[in-house]
Parts: sequence; structure tokens; C-alpha cells
Amino acid sequence: MLIKRPTDICPSEITDREIYRARRQFLQSVPAALAVAAAPGLFATPAFAAEKLPGVRKNPFSTNEQATPYKEVTTYNNFYEFGTDKADPAQAAKTLITRPWTVFVEGEVKNPRTYAIEDLLRLAPLEERIYRLRCVEGWSMVIPWAGFSLNEIIRRAEPTGNAKFVEFVSLHDPKQMPGQRSGVLDWPYVEGLRLDEAMHPLTLLAFGLYGEVLPQQNGAPLRLVVPWKYGFKSAKSIVRIRLVEKPPVSAWMRAAPGEYGFFSNVNPAVDHPRWSQARERRIGEFFKRATLPFNGYGEQVAQLYAGMDLKKYF
Amino acid sequence: MVKHGKILLFLACLIPLARLLWLGFNGGLGANPIEFITRSTGTWTLTFLLVTLGVTPLRRLSGWQWPIRLRRMLGLFAFFYACLHFTTYIWLDQFFDFSGIYQDIFKRPFITIGFTSFLLLIPLAVTSTQAMMRRLGGRNWQRLHRLVYLITVGGVLHYWWLVKKDVTQPAIYAAVLVLLLGYRLWYRLFRAGPKNGV
Repeated sequence: MLIKRPTDICPSEITDREIYRARRQFLQSVPAALAVAAAPGLFATPAFAAEKLPGVRKNPFSTNEQATPYKEVTTYNNFYEFGTDKADPAQAAKTLITRPWTVFVEGEVKNPRTYAIEDLLRLAPLEERIYRLRCVEGWSMVIPWAGFSLNEIIRRAEPTGNAKFVEFVSLHDPKQMPGQRSGVLDWPYVEGLRLDEAMHPLTLLAFGLYGEVLPQQNGAPLRLVVPWKYGFKSAKSIVRIRLVEKPPVSAWMRAAPGEYGFFSNVNPAVDHPRWSQARERRIGEFFKRATLPFNGYGEQVAQLYAGMDLKKYF
Repeated sequence: MVKHGKILLFLACLIPLARLLWLGFNGGLGANPIEFITRSTGTWTLTFLLVTLGVTPLRRLSGWQWPIRLRRMLGLFAFFYACLHFTTYIWLDQFFDFSGIYQDIFKRPFITIGFTSFLLLIPLAVTSTQAMMRRLGGRNWQRLHRLVYLITVGGVLHYWWLVKKDVTQPAIYAAVLVLLLGYRLWYRLFRAGPKNGV
């Protein structure tokens, strides 16, 4: 006869493996952290350990190019809500409160939804997507995002026959976003995609970076990543996703219509009016490299623009 | 006294370069070091141009004579940082891609005007010595060196046209330049006889 003896340890008392590992990691990092704290002038500000995103799966869309280090990705980027210098967001974005966070999916849909960020994170399995990012300014990175295809959320909203475009609206709160106190752009930040672009599986709704929750300066808690378009098309800190009939006017189109078009596909053959787009500097590399049409995603997306004059629809 | 002052000023003028080197060797130039160096040498060129243009107003307003003896060095440092800026562009940024550089110079207005301003600085640097001043004669020399107004306006425009949207920084340089040129205009109109130069 098998006699089950109760163990001394109640299951609820067993330390979860993730926590156990996190503790170990923390203890391992203490000497380094102390060294950093002892010499603040010599080292960059230590990044606080970000929250890990559980269960992120690999994805075939990922490039196998070498990823840009976390430090560069999180300290050099444009996020005008926190200042116009690329070092500003890392400094200023600590004021952004990302929980609670609500996202409205609305407009030309049968099923408008309001999501809490926690529910959105559970909507579909998170995937790691290592994408090239090409900034309109002529630099580029390779970034391991975590998220799922935007079409997961649009599908569930059931667009009506009138839905032709998708508009993305970012948070507008000058108290949290000090850069919005300046009139450098017409706030809130607005971006837009054609519905077929938005439904394309490459178009990512990202919640994470390097397997961790997105840092505030990179567009937390959720942002768009459209890897074949210039970086500014990938709206950050999104609060509203609207399905609409007419093409949305983006913040950059409003600011400089001659320089920034609705499509803004990466295209080495179409220059920015003031500078060339033929080449780019990959952050961390010395030599510039040739910029690829659609940022190297032509095989997947070129057919979306078949027959279009890309010089006219820049 | 001025001699010691000159040595001190010379060393002070090298601080921006020393800072770049220090940051470079300590990994402090950020994610895009070439952009950092380009921006830094560019803005220091503009700063030195403006400081050089500040010498005459300072002398007139204060009555001091010594600033004029430091002007050549300040001007030459403007040229020095302009050379570093230009070298950074053709070497580090373009890596001697002369077809790209050629296209930039002729197609991109901000590079056209920056390059022109740099070219115009060269004769000023070459004729900065006492011997050249004597050879040209005071009046001709002064006429030639008035090019610095054009050069500085070109430099500020070069900066203004390159920024994506936020023109705060170039606007600060522009405001100082307007002040310095405005003072000269005011002086010429109301203070000096028609014979006196600006």
C-alpha cells in the first residue's frame, strides 16, 4: 500500500523558477552594480533590470544579421515626445507611466474593443522578430522586438467594408511627455497605414525588446514596427487604433508635406529632398552600406505596391 | 601679458578637440560616433566664427585694445575646426567616395553652402600673416577679410538646412550672428563717418 506522506513544503512556498533565476542574476550583478555606483562618472547610467516577457517564440521573419547592442538601441533613437536629440528619450522618458494603459480599437469596425495592456499581451503568443530598422536620417539598426502581428488585433475588430486605412494615435500628455510642451510637431503623434499594409504579417505590434518589456524611451508599452518603412512610420506608445476610410494625415506629413509622404517606404532611389537615401550607417559599423529597396523586405512586400509610381507616392 | 594670454587662449581653443579625443578613447561618443564628431566640429567652427566676429564689438564697447590682438588666433581656430569638420565628412562619413561627395556638393543645398563657406575660409587663413597683410595692403586685406560675414551666414544656413525639424540650435547661432552684424550696421549708420570701415 502506498502511503503518501505530505511533504514539509507547501507547493505555494516553492520559489518560482523565474524568480529564483532572477534572484541569482541579481546577486551576480551586485558586484558590477557596486562598481558602477562607485564610479558614476566613468560608466553610463546602469539600466534597471527590465521585466522579462515570458514565452517569446522564435519567428522565421527574423534576420540573422548581428543585432545592435541593447545599450545603443535604448540610448539612441528619435521620440520627439521626449526631446529632439537622439539622446533625449533615454534621459527624459522615465516620466512615462505605462501601467495602467488602455488601447481603443475603433472606427470602421463591427466589433470595437477597448483593451487593457495586460489583456492585449495575452491576445496572441509573443514572437521574437529580429528586424532591420532604417531611420529616414540615414542610420540603421537590427533590433530583436517581441510582439505579434498587428493583424491579430485588427482581425478581431472585424473591419467593415469602409475600412481602407488604419490610423495610429500616440499618447498625448505633456505632463508625462515633456517634449509635447514644444510645438515641434502637431501633437498627438499620428501615423497611418493602408489596410493591406497593416494586415501584412510583417507589420508588428511590439511590446518588448531583447525579450524584456519595452523600455519607456522605445515606445512602451506598445508600438508599431513596420520594418520596410522609415522608422518614423512605426508609432510609439499607442493609445488608439482607428480603422478609417480616408488616408490619415500623419504628424510628419503635416509638419513637412514635401519631405515626408504617406507611404515612406525605404527606397534608395528616392532621395529625401535634402539628403541622399542611397546609403546608411548601421550603428556600430564604420563603413556605410547600401540601403535596400523596402529595407530588404521587398520579397515580402513589393507586391503591395505593384504598378505604383514610388517616386510620386513616396 | 598678452603673450601669456595668447598661450592660455591657444590651450583653451584646443579644449573642444581634447574633449573629442578623450570621449573617443573612453567610448563616450555615443551610438553614432561619426555623427557626433561631425556635429561637434561643425558647431565649434560656428562658435569660433562668432567669437571672432565678437572681437570688434567688444573692443568698441569696452574701449579695450587687447582683444584685437587675439582675433587672428580665434579666426585660425575657426579654420582649424572647419578643416576637422570637412575631413570628418570626406574621410569618416563618406570614406573618400568622391562620386557621392560630388553629388552632395552639387545636389544638396546645405552641403553646397557649407562647402562654399569652407572654400572661402581658405584665402582668409592664407592671408592671415603679418607679411601677407603688408603685401596686400591694409585696405585690400580688410576688404578680403569682410568675406567672413558671408562665410558665417553660410555656416549658419548650412546648419539650419540640415536639421530635420527642430531649429532651436541653429536659431541660437543665427540670433548671435544677427546681433553681431546688427551692431556693425548700427555703428556704421550712426557712429562712424563714411570713411571708417566696419
